[in-house]
Amino acid sequence: MKFGVVTFPGSNCDDDAVHAVTDALGAEAVRLWHKDHDLQGAEVIILPGGFSYGDYLRPGAIARFSPIMQEVMEHAAQGRPVIGLCNGFQILCEAQLLPGTLLRNDSLQFRNLPVTLRVENARTRFTNQYARGDLLRIPVAHGDGRYTADDHTLDALEQREQVVFRYVSTTGEQTSAANPNGAMRNIAGIVNGAGNVLGMMPHPERAVDELLGSTDGLPFFESLLAAVAA
Amino acid sequence: MSRFRVAVHIVPRSGVLDPQGKAVADALHALGFSEVQDVHVGRHLVIQTDADSENAARERVGEMCARLLANPVTEDFEIASVEAL
Repeated sequence: MKFGVVTFPGSNCDDDAVHAVTDALGAEAVRLWHKDHDLQGAEVIILPGGFSYGDYLRPGAIARFSPIMQEVMEHAAQGRPVIGLCNGFQILCEAQLLPGTLLRNDSLQFRNLPVTLRVENARTRFTNQYARGDLLRIPVAHGDGRYTADDHTLDALEQREQVVFRYVSTTGEQTSAANPNGAMRNIAGIVNGAGNVLGMMPHPERAVDELLGSTDGLPFFESLLAAVAA
Repeated sequence: MSRFRVAVHIVPRSGVLDPQGKAVADALHALGFSEVQDVHVGRHLVIQTDADSENAARERVGEMCARLLANPVTEDFEIASVEAL
């Protein structure tokens, strides 16, 4: 399986994503430049973390109009997988491939720490190697991660099980203390209605090596391989 | 075609938690401006643009706000002024 990792000006987790896909997962990765119009045959597109265009205007607001986003939008419209991690999640929301938006953390602080995530839906092509209720240790590193949408959108997301990951305490409870950014309903990651576009603020690509403290992100990438094999 | 200078205000929609606005209000209270009730922090953009008329400039900048400058999920915009140059 071939993954395409897009580099925007200001991306800084593109190498981490390539490392996770190639060294940890053993799959193929191709680097895509934001000004190109060619996905080079990649089957899964990753929009990585970072600060595309310096977060000018709003995080993701300008990257969303990068040339390659036309092809990424078509890829998504065809039902093929697109993943947005951190800044990538912000870009997917700005592109309206995912509902809602990500605002400044309620603490006004950049939060860089490992958090506990609870798997809310293990039937997606991104999470089938987890079980519902699994608790994962995955780092976050962002200043604008407060997931925000209107109540109607949030209710619809919950009803359709589009909330994939939630911030919880180490014992699995959904508390405000466990929420690093003030995200509504402790939402850390969601999928679109068709189930092929996922966005999340935490960094599973930084949790694929024992050396770095956690391998809980590895099943996230393995899920995509399993989904194809199934 | 004439040239216009268009000023736009973009502010968080009321009801959306605005921690920056709250931090600024707290700081103003700390400075003794106890009369301050509420603060919202937004953006102010000044755009020079060409258009056939003032109304056309206003309309085009409105489209710019809807497509890029404001986030339709959480922000409101208003065109504060249109000035012929």
